[in-house]
Amino acid sequence: MSLFVVKRLLTFLLTLAAASVVVFAALELLPGNAAEVILGDTATSESIAALEKKLGLHQPALRRYGTWVGGLVRGDTAISTSYDTSTASLIAERMQVSLPLALIAMLLTVVIALAAGLYAASHHNRAGDVGMMSLSQLGMAVPNFWLAILLILLFAVKLHWVSAGGFPGWREEDGGSWFEAIKALILPAIALAAVQAAILARVTRSSVLEVLREDFVRTARAKGLSKRAVLWKHVLRNAMIPVVTVMGLQFGNLITGAIVVENVFVLPGIGRLVFQAIANRDLIVVRDVVMLLAATVIVISFVVDLLYALIDPRLKVSDV
Amino acid sequence: MSFMNRALHHPSFVLGGFLVALLIFAATISLFWSPWPPAELDIPNKLAAGSSQHWFGTDSLGRDIASQLLVGCQNSIMVGVIAVGIGLLFGVALGLWAAARSGWVEELIMRGADFAFAFPALLMAIILTAIYGPGLFISIAAIGVFNISIFARISRGAAKAIWSRDYVTAARAAGKGTLRITLDHVLPNIASILIVQATVQFAIAILAEAALSYLGLGTQPPQPSWGRMLNEAQTQLFQAPMLAVYPGAAIALSVLGLNLMGDGLRDLLDPKMSRHR
Repeated sequence: MSLFVVKRLLTFLLTLAAASVVVFAALELLPGNAAEVILGDTATSESIAALEKKLGLHQPALRRYGTWVGGLVRGDTAISTSYDTSTASLIAERMQVSLPLALIAMLLTVVIALAAGLYAASHHNRAGDVGMMSLSQLGMAVPNFWLAILLILLFAVKLHWVSAGGFPGWREEDGGSWFEAIKALILPAIALAAVQAAILARVTRSSVLEVLREDFVRTARAKGLSKRAVLWKHVLRNAMIPVVTVMGLQFGNLITGAIVVENVFVLPGIGRLVFQAIANRDLIVVRDVVMLLAATVIVISFVVDLLYALIDPRLKVSDV
Repeated sequence: MSFMNRALHHPSFVLGGFLVALLIFAATISLFWSPWPPAELDIPNKLAAGSSQHWFGTDSLGRDIASQLLVGCQNSIMVGVIAVGIGLLFGVALGLWAAARSGWVEELIMRGADFAFAFPALLMAIILTAIYGPGLFISIAAIGVFNISIFARISRGAAKAIWSRDYVTAARAAGKGTLRITLDHVLPNIASILIVQATVQFAIAILAEAALSYLGLGTQPPQPSWGRMLNEAQTQLFQAPMLAVYPGAAIALSVLGLNLMGDGLRDLLDPKMSRHR
């Protein structure tokens, strides 16, 4: 067990390091240099030289890489060229929107998927199962940003229940409240969760069906446990392994989905930040946000690996 | 029953096949004909409702929606074909190599594939766009690169199973080399798995390109694209809500068709890996 954790931890750190090299190198391969790209074609040579100095482009690449990674680790990051504040404080501010959005979406995903998957499995090959699976087939086909637009169309344009986008803020001082803030996040979270839940429901269903065929389930039924009790006590726990794996894989989709959906709802989150940074050619922000998102995916898959070992004690070190 | 016969009796394959055939048919037609030139502006007729002149109406610049939808099929198919092609070409080669060689080659390729998962297509597209500016080529490349890791994983896993079969041992005993065995025995035996995955990745590529084009990072005007149509429609949501419905429905139907066809193929080509147990 401990060897497994050490091995995974090592892979995790190496992956993280490799990701940072890729992100850094990608922006090193710019046609021209970062200062020219940021300032655009109309820039004077003096302004380019000034920005080059500010960005430290005169230093060797290895040194700049070291400064960058060191800054990320300490939370002392570079200054954005378009916002004039450090990327760390920009990210921290935008996280107040993106993090709750991701959490609500993930919560919705898990609740919907487990309920739908269990329902379908316990009604295997009956109308409820077929209906649920058709619905999930539809859910997988609908692009999340289109669903987002349709939700706006229904709840904002037609019913006037919510505003068509924007974010009021969490605190009274900012003119919002936590109730208003949650309200603004509900539709984006539904748009994000629908697709993910559709996929996860299918995984849950097939995993539960698989476990239902195991001998120990028959034994449990034979000793007089009710169908419901077997489902909750024996089946669910054993069926969770593939479900947790897919949930981990889905986190990457959730993050990229959030970038698009935040833009549909004009939510001032990380996705909106990176999108505007591209428009402003603010490479500093693009670099740090992309690194943050890639790191998040890597961290999640590391956590899933560890969860794996926790849920299924049968997993041996050599199997993983 | 013959394959054709079984296929025609498989409901999701039939429905999926029909939708995919419709997509291909529409794209082919649009190469020669569309009701109007898709980029033709007609400002006096902007935001017109559906009529015999403009079946689905016109957008905020008076462009014909039906024509844009029709020509948009080409874009989706092209993105799917190239992005899946890149994934198949490099991913399968890497996966087969990893399965055939084992040892550090396999370890290196598989860790590389794991690593690629940290950069979903959209993230990759964001980096590339920040550097080179937005464009269709960038988005196809980003989706294609992500596909490489998917096909590498799948083909390596499937190929590993084939390598442990008796007939491969027999072929080895008969003096066949690694490359010959891979081409003669491994590849044909994993082809059905790859076909199913290719269908699924095709659907994912269409979704990814639509998202990128919606954000303005993918297909650029005047080339019509369903994703960008949705972006433009969103600004007219109060005046012309239906503009936001058609392109999304086109994306959803194409993806639904491909997914259903993939499910059907999975059942038809290999009953053992069927999802509908």
